[in-house]
Order: sequence, then C-alpha cells, then structure tokens
Amino acid sequence: MTPMQKLLQLPVNAMNMVKTAQDQMGQQDEAKSPVMTPDGGNHNWYNGEPNDPRHIRFGSGGGDQEERAHLEEGGGSLSSLVTQPLRHDDLKEMLDSNKDSLKLEAMKRIVAMIARGKNASDLFPAVVKNVACKNIEVKKLVYVYLVRYAEEQQDLALLSISTFQRGLKDPNQLIRASALRVLSSIRVTIIVPIMMLAIKEAASDMSPYVRKTAAHAIPKLYSLDPEQKDCLIEVIEKLLADKTTLVAGSVVMAFEEVCPERIDLIHKNYRKLCNLLIDVEEWGQVVIINMLTRYARTQFLNPNMNESLLEEGGGEKAFYGSDNDDDTDDEEDKEEKEKKKTEATAIVKRKPYVMDPDHRLLLRNTKPLLQSRNAAVVMAVAQLYFHLAPKAEVGVIAKALVRLMRSHSEVQYVVLQNVATMSIKRRGMFEPYLKSFYIRSTDPTQIKVLKLEVLTNLANETNISTILREFQTYIKSNDKDFVAATIQAIGRCATNIGEVRDTCLNGLVQLLSNRDELVVAESVVVIKKLLQMQPEQHSDIIKHMAKLTDNIQVPMARASILWLIGEYCEHVPKIAPDVLRKMAKTFTNEEDIVKLQIINLAAKLYLTNSKQTKLLTQYVLNLAKYDQNYDIRDRARFIRQLIVPTDKSGALSKYAKKLFLALKPAPVLESPFKDRDHFQLGSLSHLLNAKAGGYQVLPDWPEAAPDPSVRNVEVKESVITLLERVTTLTSVPEWTKCSSREKRKEKKADKPFYSDSEGESGPTESADSASDTASGSESGSGSEESGSGSESEESNEESESASEEDEEEEGKKKKKNVEKIKARKPVPESESEPSSGEDVKKSEKKSKPRIGSSESESEEDDDSESESSESEEEESEEESEEETKKKKKTTASKPPSKPPKKENKKEKKEMSLLDFDDFDPAPSPSQVTPLNNFLSSSLVTDLEGLSLTENVLSPTTIVPSGNLKTYELLHRITGEGLSVEYCFSRQPFSPDPHMVAVKIQFTNSATSEAKSLHMEDAKLQSGMRIKEFPEIEVLPAGETVSVVMGIDFCDSTQAANFQLCTHTRKFFVSIQPPVGELMMPIFMTENEFKKEQGQLMGMNEITEKLTLEEKCQGEHAVVQRVTTAANLSRVPCGSDKECRFAGKTVTSGSLVLVSVVTKEDGAAQLTVNCEKMVIGTMLVKDILQALTQ
Amino acid sequence: MINSLFLINPSGEIFLEKHWKSVVSRSVCDYFLEAKEKALEPEDVPPVIHTPHHYLISIYRDKLFFLSVIQTEVPPLFVIEFLHRIAEMIQDYFGECSETVVKDHMVMVYELLEEMLDNGFPLATESNVLKEMIRPPTILRSVVNTLTGTSNVGDTLPTGQLSTIPWRRAGVRYTNNEAYFDVVEEIDAILDQSGTTVFAEIQGVVEACVKLSGMPDLTLSFMNPCLLDDVSFHPCVRYKLWESERVLSFIPPDGNFTLMTYHVNAQNLVAIPVYVKQSISFFECGSDGRLDVTVGPKQTMGKTVEGVMVTVHLPKTILSINLTATQGSYTYDNGTKLLVWDIGKLNPQKLPNLRGSLSLQAGAPKPEENPSLNIDLKIQQLAISGLKVNRLDMFGEKYKPFKGVKYITKAGKFQVRT
Repeated sequence: MTPMQKLLQLPVNAMNMVKTAQDQMGQQDEAKSPVMTPDGGNHNWYNGEPNDPRHIRFGSGGGDQEERAHLEEGGGSLSSLVTQPLRHDDLKEMLDSNKDSLKLEAMKRIVAMIARGKNASDLFPAVVKNVACKNIEVKKLVYVYLVRYAEEQQDLALLSISTFQRGLKDPNQLIRASALRVLSSIRVTIIVPIMMLAIKEAASDMSPYVRKTAAHAIPKLYSLDPEQKDCLIEVIEKLLADKTTLVAGSVVMAFEEVCPERIDLIHKNYRKLCNLLIDVEEWGQVVIINMLTRYARTQFLNPNMNESLLEEGGGEKAFYGSDNDDDTDDEEDKEEKEKKKTEATAIVKRKPYVMDPDHRLLLRNTKPLLQSRNAAVVMAVAQLYFHLAPKAEVGVIAKALVRLMRSHSEVQYVVLQNVATMSIKRRGMFEPYLKSFYIRSTDPTQIKVLKLEVLTNLANETNISTILREFQTYIKSNDKDFVAATIQAIGRCATNIGEVRDTCLNGLVQLLSNRDELVVAESVVVIKKLLQMQPEQHSDIIKHMAKLTDNIQVPMARASILWLIGEYCEHVPKIAPDVLRKMAKTFTNEEDIVKLQIINLAAKLYLTNSKQTKLLTQYVLNLAKYDQNYDIRDRARFIRQLIVPTDKSGALSKYAKKLFLALKPAPVLESPFKDRDHFQLGSLSHLLNAKAGGYQVLPDWPEAAPDPSVRNVEVKESVITLLERVTTLTSVPEWTKCSSREKRKEKKADKPFYSDSEGESGPTESADSASDTASGSESGSGSEESGSGSESEESNEESESASEEDEEEEGKKKKKNVEKIKARKPVPESESEPSSGEDVKKSEKKSKPRIGSSESESEEDDDSESESSESEEEESEEESEEETKKKKKTTASKPPSKPPKKENKKEKKEMSLLDFDDFDPAPSPSQVTPLNNFLSSSLVTDLEGLSLTENVLSPTTIVPSGNLKTYELLHRITGEGLSVEYCFSRQPFSPDPHMVAVKIQFTNSATSEAKSLHMEDAKLQSGMRIKEFPEIEVLPAGETVSVVMGIDFCDSTQAANFQLCTHTRKFFVSIQPPVGELMMPIFMTENEFKKEQGQLMGMNEITEKLTLEEKCQGEHAVVQRVTTAANLSRVPCGSDKECRFAGKTVTSGSLVLVSVVTKEDGAAQLTVNCEKMVIGTMLVKDILQALTQ
Repeated sequence: MINSLFLINPSGEIFLEKHWKSVVSRSVCDYFLEAKEKALEPEDVPPVIHTPHHYLISIYRDKLFFLSVIQTEVPPLFVIEFLHRIAEMIQDYFGECSETVVKDHMVMVYELLEEMLDNGFPLATESNVLKEMIRPPTILRSVVNTLTGTSNVGDTLPTGQLSTIPWRRAGVRYTNNEAYFDVVEEIDAILDQSGTTVFAEIQGVVEACVKLSGMPDLTLSFMNPCLLDDVSFHPCVRYKLWESERVLSFIPPDGNFTLMTYHVNAQNLVAIPVYVKQSISFFECGSDGRLDVTVGPKQTMGKTVEGVMVTVHLPKTILSINLTATQGSYTYDNGTKLLVWDIGKLNPQKLPNLRGSLSLQAGAPKPEENPSLNIDLKIQQLAISGLKVNRLDMFGEKYKPFKGVKYITKAGKFQVRT
C-alpha cells in the first residue's frame, strides 16, 4: 500500500458510507472526487509533486500570490476547472458529518492548504461550526484556521467568540490559557472590549501560565487597537509586579511593544527582574536584558567617566578581571569602594565614582548567562557589558563572543558585525583571540570581509607583523572581492601604524606587478592614499606608477595615478609632462573619471611648468570642450578661465595656483564600523546601520544619577504568592513536588537556577542580598583548595575507592610543588594533623565548597536530609581518622602497609561501564566532588608547562609509600619464632646510590628475646655487592624492628644469598628482586620522554597487546598497578589514554621507559623501551601480569 | 517579533508559509530570491535583507532556506537562533530536515510552528514540551492512527509548560535506565605550507543520551576541568555550581541533548594528529601542474586515525586531472572542480600518497594560489585535549543506571594551506 493510499484509505471508506447513506452520488461523481482520483489535485498538498503545474507557477511567480491563488481556487485554473468547486464541497460535507475522523481529515487538508499558501477562506462557515468539537485535534486545527481567516470574515468569526468566553471560565488553567490565546489572536476589532476584559481577568488569574498568556495577549490587542494603550499599561504594570519566572519574559516583551518609554514602571521591579533573570526562559532573557540595558543607561552613572582614575588603580584592574568578581559579596563591594575612594582622593580631587549597587547587581546577575547555549542570550549579555560595564570588566565577553564564531554562518555574520564595532572601542579585549579571526578559504565571502575588518581593527605595533604575514596569504586568494578588501585593509593598517607604513607600501608596490588587474587597481587606489601622507619620500614609487598608465585599464586606478602625478608634479618634473602627452593622445577613449583627472593634471602642470605643457594643455582643453559629457565640458571651460590669463579673467585667476596646488589633508582611512556603537549592539538597527522601525534609542548616561531609592521595594509579606504556589502545585505532577522542590529548598541559597521565583525574589531581598555570595575561602585560589582538598578529603577518598589513592598521592606531590611555586599563598590549617574527629569534620566542611556559601550551610543544618548525610560522613571520618593515624605511623616506622584492607575495598566497588571509576549506590550529596582527584590530574597538566628540574622534585617525593609489597624472608616456624620480612622500600640507599634499598623487618614472636641479629657469608654472583645492615643487638620478645640494607643486584634478578644469624642460629636466606625493583624513578617531561623513546627503538623496544582486566580499566588503576609492579615515576602526558612511566636501572643507570596505551573495551598496548633487553623483557612480563591478573 | 515564516527550497519554490500576525504576501520573498540569484553559493546570501517595508532574516540549513519576515526592531540573533531551533525541531521529530519530510508532514509541522510562537514571540521551544502536545510520528502510531482515526495530538493536557523545568517531561519510565555521554572534540586548525600550525584550537561538545526514569539529578565531574577554557551549557545545567566547583549538575532532559559545548584553552598546545606533506605546483610555461600529497600520523596518542579524507577545491582553470592513489580512492567532479580523496584508515607503515598531473586549460595563466587542503579525520576513544570524565552520580532516584562515556576526536575546520 503506498503512503498515498494509506492516507486516502480512511476518507475513501468514510466517503463511501456517507455517500451510500445519502445515495446521491453516482459512480461517475465518485471517480471525479478529488479525494480518490490521483489526478484530482487534492493529494498535491500531501505529496507536493514538483510536476504539478500550479505549484511551479506559485514558486516562480511574483506579484500578489494570495490574490492569484484565490482566483485559481475560484475556478480559474485549467487543471482543476471542474473539480475545484466540488472539492470544497467535499470538504464541507466532511466537516458537516458527525464523524470526528472525517472532520479531522477535512481539517488536515484545509490546514495543509493554508500551509501551502492557498486560499481556503470560503470554507469559513463550515469550519467555524466545529469550534466546539469534542475532538481535541479537530478543535486545534479549527483554531488554526480561525486565527488565519478571522480577519477576512469578521462577522462569521463572531460566532466562535462565545466558545472562547466559556473557555475562559474553565477550571483547568490550560484550557483557560488556550482560550485566551486564540481569542486574542482573532484580529476582529469588534471584540476589542471582550479581549480587554479577558486580558484584565487573566492578568489576575491564579495560574502563572494564564497570566503569561495574558502578557502575550497584550501586544496583540495593542496592534489591533492602539487606543487601548492606557488600559493595557495598567495591566502591564500589574503583570510586571508578578514574581514568577514564567511571566517575566512575556510581560517585558509586552512592555517593549506597548510602552517602552515608560521606564518608570521598571523601578520597583528592577531588582526582582535582575534576580529572576537566570531562571527565565532563554527568549525572555534576551528581551529583559536588552530592556535593562536601556534602563541602566538612564538610571546609573557612566562607570568609565573617570577613565584615567581607573587606569591608575592597577590593583583594581586585576580585581575586576578576576573570575570571582561576581562572587564578591556586598562587603567586599564596599571594601572595594572604600579602596577606590581613598585612591581616588589621593590621585584626583574629583568626586570619585561609586557604582550603584543596583548597577553592580545587574552586571553580576547577567554574567553567568554568557555561558548560555543560545547565541542571542550571549549577544544580549555581551552588549549589556559593552554598554554598561566599567572598561576593565568588559573583557569577559570576548571569550563568549569568540565562541559564537563556531556557530552557524548566520550567527557568525551577526557576531562579527558586532565584534567589528566593539573592536574599535575596545581593541585590547579581542587581541588575545586574534587568531580566531584568521580566514579560511572555505569561509563565505561576507564572513571573510568581516573577519578582515576585525583583524584590521585589532592591528597594533606588536601584532602587525603577524597580521601582515596573514594578509599575504589572503592576497593570493582566488576570491577577488576578498583580495580587494585585503588590500584596503593593508592600506588601513599602514595609515594607522606608522612603523609599518613603508613595509606596507613596498608590499603594495609589489602587487602593482600582479597579473590580476583588479588587484593592481585596488593597490593603486590604496597607494595613492598612502602617498598622500608623505609624498616627498616616495617619488620613485610615483615614477613607477606613472609607468603603469601604459598597462592598467581600470578607470579608478588610472584616475588615481593621474591625480597623484598632478598633485606631486614637482617630485617628478620630468615624467609628468610625458604622461600628459600620452594621455592627451588617448583622451577621447578614456572613461569620464579619467578624463576629469587628465584635465586636472593638465591644469596643474600648466601652473607649474607652463613652458613645456602649454600646448598640451590647450589641446586637452579643446578636446574636452567638445566632449559628450557636460560635466567634462563644464570643467574644461571653468579651468580654462581660471588658468589661462585673458583680459576678461577675473580676480580668481590670481589665486589659481593656490586653488589647485593647495596642501590637501591626507585622507583618513576609517573603519565603516566606526561610531556604530551609538546603536545598541546586537540590534537590527546596528546591523543595518540604520534605524529600524520600533528601535529604542540607547540613551546617554545621565550627568547626575537619578534617585536610586525609587527602586526600593517596601517590605510586605508575600503570603499570597506562597498560597498561590501551593495551589498551583497541587495541579502539578508528583515529581515537581518531591525532588525538585526539596532540592530547591536545600540549595536555594546559592543557586538562583533552582530558586523558585517567589521565594527568591521576596521583597526583603534587595540587591544587597548575599544570595550568591561565595565562601570567602573560595576566592582565595586553587592552591588553597588543593591543599585542604587532598589532605582532609582522604577519608572520603579512602572509602570511595582505593584505586584513587594513587592519584591522590600524586596530587600531594604536585601540591608540594605548587606550594613551592606559590609559596606566598597561605597553607591551610587542615594540613596539620587533625586532633579530633570534630576538627576533621570542620576541615572537611571547609574543604568542600559543594553547597557554597556559609549562609546556606546554616540552613542546611535544619535540613533533615543533609543531617543524615552528615552523620554518614562522621562515620567515615572516624574510620578515616584511624587510617590517617595509621598512615602517620607508617611513614614514621615504615612497616608494611595494608594491602588486605585495600583488597576488600576494591571488592566492594561496583562494576561500572567504561570510564566511570565507581558509583556509590546512595552517596550523600556531599560526595559529589572528589575534589583532589581532579585537582591532582589538573596539576599534572599544569606542571607540564613548568619546566621542573630534578632537584625540585627530589626522588623521595615520587616514592609511593603505600604500595609496598612485602616478601617473606624467614617464616616464623622455621625461624623458631623469629619471622623476617623484607620489602623494597624504594628509597634511595644513601650509602651507595647504586644499591637497591631493602628494608628488612624482624619480628620476634618467640617468648624470649633474640640477640645479635646480623648477616654473614653472603654468596653473591660476580659483581653483586651487599651492604649489610647494622647488627641488632637485642630484639625483645613481641617486638618488631626494621633495618635497611643495600644490595647491588648488578641489574639482574639473580638472588642474593646470605645467612641470617642470631646469637643461636643461622638461617640460609635469599633475596630475589622482582625486576621492577631494579630501577628507580626519574622525572621526565613529556618531550624528553618522547625523545628518549625515539632513541630506544628496534631491539630495545618491546610491545605487547593485552586486554585490561575489568577493574583495571581507567587511568588510576593502570597507573597504580604499573607503579606497584615497577619502581617508576609517571611522566605527564597530554592524553588520558596513555600512561607513561620512566625510570633508570639502579646499577647502570640505563633508561627504562614504559607506556601503556588504553583503547576500547579494555584493549591496551604496553610498550617498554630499555637498553637492557633482558630487563625489558622481564618487565613486560611483570607489568602484563599486573595489568591482567 | 517574527511576523511570518517561509520555507524555500534551493530552486526558489516556497513550499510552506506560516503567519503569526497579519498575513504578509509571499511576494515579499522576491527580494530574497533576487539576492539568492546574485549569490554564487547559498551561503553567500546575506542573512539580513532590508526591504522597503520589511526586514528579511534567513538561514540556510539542510539545503533549505528558512526565511522570516520582521517588521520592527528585533535582535537579529534572536531570529536566527529561533530559525535554527525550528530546523532542529523538524530534525528531532522526523529524523531529518528536508523538503520531502516537511511536505510529508505538512500539517504536523504547521501545528508545531503554531505552538512554538505566539504572536511572533517564542512560546514553547523545548522539545519535551512540544512532544507532550504533539507526538512525533512513529510507524506504529501512524498505522494505528489510520485505522482508528486517532491523531498525534496528545489528549492529555500538556503540563510541561507549567513546570519550572520545562525541558523534562513528567512521568518518564524506562525498564533499562541508561545514561550515555559522548565527548566529541573537533580540531580546528590552519597549517601553513611548511606544516607549521598557524592556528589550532579544540572545540568540544558533550552529547548526552539520558534515558532515566523519574526525576534524576545528575552530577558529572571531570578529571581535569581546568582544561576547559570556555563553556556553554544546556539550560538545565546549574551555572553556579559550575563556577564554584567545576561540576555539571543538572536534571537532564529526556532523551538526546547537547549537555555542553566547550573550548579548550588555547594556551595548551593542540596535538595535531596528522601531518600532510604536499606539493602542488604549476609550471610557468606549458599547461601542466603536479600534485603530490602524503598523509601520515603525527601525534595520535597511539590510536588509529580513521576516516581520513582530503578535500581540495582545485582552481577553475583545471581541465583534467590524472592521479593515482596508493590507498583509498579519489573522486573528482569537473563541474565543481572538487577533488575528494577518501583514504580511510591511516597505516603508519605505509603512508597513503596521491600523486599525478593536473592539466590546465590551454592558454590559461598559472593559478596564483594553490588550493588549500581540507582534512577530515576521526579518532575513536580519544579526546585529543585529554579531557576525561571522572564520574557520574545520580541523586533523587533509587535505581542504578547504566553509564557510559565515549570519546571521539574529529577534524573540524582543518585546513592546510599550500
């Protein structure tokens, strides 16, 4: 069944039924019915075959299509001459039937007609009858039809009004809203009073959605009947006071359309609008921001009025520029002002500028919207900052605007226009993003030209060479319009930047020999302008250009050359007459502008060098006298009178020389975007550089600030709104109530995102409300966070995943370095060992900025949910405390660490997909951020930039202390109560750096004390050496003692055999090192690593493919396992898919490089580069095992 | 604000019109069609056209022109952004945005447009809200509708519009709860003749496919968020939490959406995964030229570079080409002078090479500019910036979702100048 049939099946059957019932239509008629016949024309609305004749006519034809369509439907068309009237009858019939499905089908066809732009107005009576249809889709389509045609069929449209009036009283808010929406869309003047009444009523509806619809209806009514303005303003005023985000955008839209001049209506709502802004839907945000820009221009003072003052206060600049700027709470604001004040008085004795807190509020609340996905919102904020922010703060918008350049080309076009305007006033802002404006050959020409404009605006002494190099590439482009624009741009750079004028000029002169004439012509024009600035130095260029007249044909260029020669004929006294001679010959064939310049040249030469050029001039003037163009004839006559002295010539001829050879000011090459910022940026008017209808002029800053108290809102309890909220909520589904509401409550304080409008914008909240005050500590810096984060969050870490431990340690390492670098930053207290659980908790809290402000914290304490989470934390903290203590001990006495415990933890971990390391089934909200985790790895990347020398990062800091594996040297039974374990401590063995340090731990579990523990009789392979540990004289029963010995294994895994002696016995023991312990870590940068790896190819490189064991996927796990298997250090790497490690063998110092590259599904590749092939092979085996076990 | 919308196909046929205020005759489009005739490429049509009584703002997308008619001052980006939303909505509903699709679903598109704007001002643009009101077509549903005569218009009243979280529909239920995130990074770069990077940056996007029941509250954190220099978010993301903690906290929309786009700090050097050795030369005398292009892997972090494709717009004066490729195949369209060399996977052992001769039209001058090469490539399981998702936590719901992250690196606007 074709889709066509499918579509038609239903009506066909239905039609049959109708028809049999009515028994009117014969077989013949039915065949003609457009519903059935494939050539009837009806199906065209659905399938739109391009061969439909009407269709094509519609597409290509101009003129009033509507009218033509009407004619056609009326029977004018050839193809549907017979079927047309029938078709409409059919539709009417279907509409009249009592089957909803038939009605629906008919309505669908009618709407399809409308969509195609065909006239369906004569169906109005049949359609309007169905306005009260029960079927919701039929009803909707009837509404669509009604709104479209009501204007044309006013009387009939009135039939439907009562339905909507009923709808306005419906208990369901959505039906009320929809009724109002359709009612207000019917453009019938008679119902204006009804609409007005409906809007007024809806404006005080309980449901914010209905109120929103009322706001939408206001501009509709206004456009229908502007007389209603005063009444509508009242409604707007009422709705402006609304406290819901739903209404805010729509009512401001209405305000902008109806009474944008009534800025006074905004006063009382200003702060509320600022606070609601972030939660308003995106389209509303655009409208509100644009309106508030205008408002602010009338109410606040120009923050840049003391520009010099601001520039002096260098410290302030930094303050403004900082990202935490919007987090500054009011106190800081005040401080800042204080500071400014003092500075101001110190520097200038003028009245210092103090920013109105409301002004600051606006800037602060709009800033996050720069991160919106909606380009229009970003642009709105950008223009707000451009027009309102202090100079030093405007910079933040550059990044966002540059981001928009990645968007669709239309967006790019608009953004570039605005950037072009901004870059003239605030060049510094876009300078860091210079390269983002580089042109690709695939850009559309209009984008290329705009980018060029921006590049030119950004050019200055420092970057001009880069820009010119870039321009050189552009000049070669095949897009000649673009090349011409580039040459213009070079010219502008040359005029603006004196240093490069000569370079540019030389470059342009070179272009004069270009094959393309357009390029040459454009260059000539630009050179002409440049030469005008300093002609005396460039007579050879003028000579060169004089030669060009032989070849160049572009009139503008020829004219430019002639003008140049005439103007500077003193500099080229020999050539000029010759040029004139040539020109005189070709005069008749020249273009008009060239002819005018020839006359001009002749006149100037006559005045300076009449001896040589008298005859030539006369000849030219005679030719001109009979020219076809009256302009040229006039000019010739005028000049003749002026320069050729006759009896009749008046006083003017005396001044001929002065007139012709006056010093002319050099032209200023200006950007076409200069001063465009008198239009509000981002507006249509700005784009067109012409005032568009309905454009509201951006006012200038006032001289003195109007009274700020108008914005104060009197305090009153918003019980009504709260009640209202409850009522609305009852009709809202479950989910809004439970989760989001609760969350909202919890997080309200610092997140306007969630903050419900009513709660947030209560009248008590003013600009000074610390609603988004960030904790003071946060504004400190990252180092502080990292400090407290890594230490005190250990508890979290530990309980969450053991595999992250390694990462954390790395974090510590890095942290140390950072501390060294940023030594002046305060080290947080939480570093010190926590004395009690209480302390830990405190520091924990402090370290986690999760819910931000201190204010919210106090609120949370009341919250039962967070309470419970707190107690959870406490538990884990107790545990962690123990662990920390243990750890301290570990570092003190160096006992073997606790692998079994870790093992347990790992098992507890949940299986997860791909890269998510773990997932806690029910984590408390506080565990959202494993802060130190990201910090540590971010620091890794940070460090890449810092070239660290080895002594900064001494080997001790690299040693992972917790991962040491212990081996048994002597079992308790065989040792008769003395058990001996050893591990490779991975510390450098200080007496001899070529030895591996082995830590031996004696535990006396016998009842009597052991005495005189020492070693002797070492049986070693050749070359191996041992440094014995000092004798232990007494080991009391139950005690443990550790000693360190050094063994030089000669880079082999041969065992070192020796005897362990007590005062009573000797045990033969042997220590065999795993290959991974034969090396020690070294620190390398990524580049060094790559270099070294490149040198250890071929035989020295061993590569092995492997599949990572499930638990081992992910960076931490790999790093942890590799570093456990071998004593290597991590090398920073740009990719997270690759882990690199480096070390060198202890004895010979040969490099050992390991890299693990992970791929999909746990596949990985291990590469070991080592000069010592045996070590390499063994190491591969060991690491493989570690990663796959 | 927006008065009318016309959809126009590349041949200039107006196949849909919708008016939100008084009807504007479609003859207004003639100004646009005129500009379109003048432009060489559809992209060259100016997005904003000033006519005596109206302003026309248009976008070109998916081979269609969306033309809106404006009568008074309105931010142009507002309109452009909205037109793109319409295109996205059509894409979202019908799987693609094309002339045929719009014509096949004329009524539904019209109904959607009706809901999206009220009196020219956007009313409901969130996909979830729209889908509650007008259900997208599925094969099953269209069969059922044909048989029973029911429709796609939702019979329950849409409550999404009332919600403070308009992007999420109510009462979502899934048997399998899944949340997948694709981190897609594109390298925008300009390399000069010698292979030096003139300009390079990484633009990334996190695309999400979240099918979770109820009202989950998700928190996504990165291992190295400091890499991100500039970000933009879906409205569901809480700005403040990002500013203070650098985590993405959000109640996700249902289904597919773009969670965030980002830009990686330009100060970090961008790893360029491939190098291109090229020489294109034309001889001064005679009508001949040579082309020799080799592509090889550079900084690939050990991954295979796939889907490598080189696109060249050859100069207009080229008459014919005769090339051989050691790997992959090339196509050349003599009309558009477009040479596309589809290489596929890069094999570091055997570098793909394309070489041969170009012949110019007799007597044509040597082209001044060598054509630049546009490179396309793809690297699976790698985010070239090194960005890494750390973890995803879910609050507010009891079940355990499946979670997954995928990384892909692609070439964005990657151009090699020659």
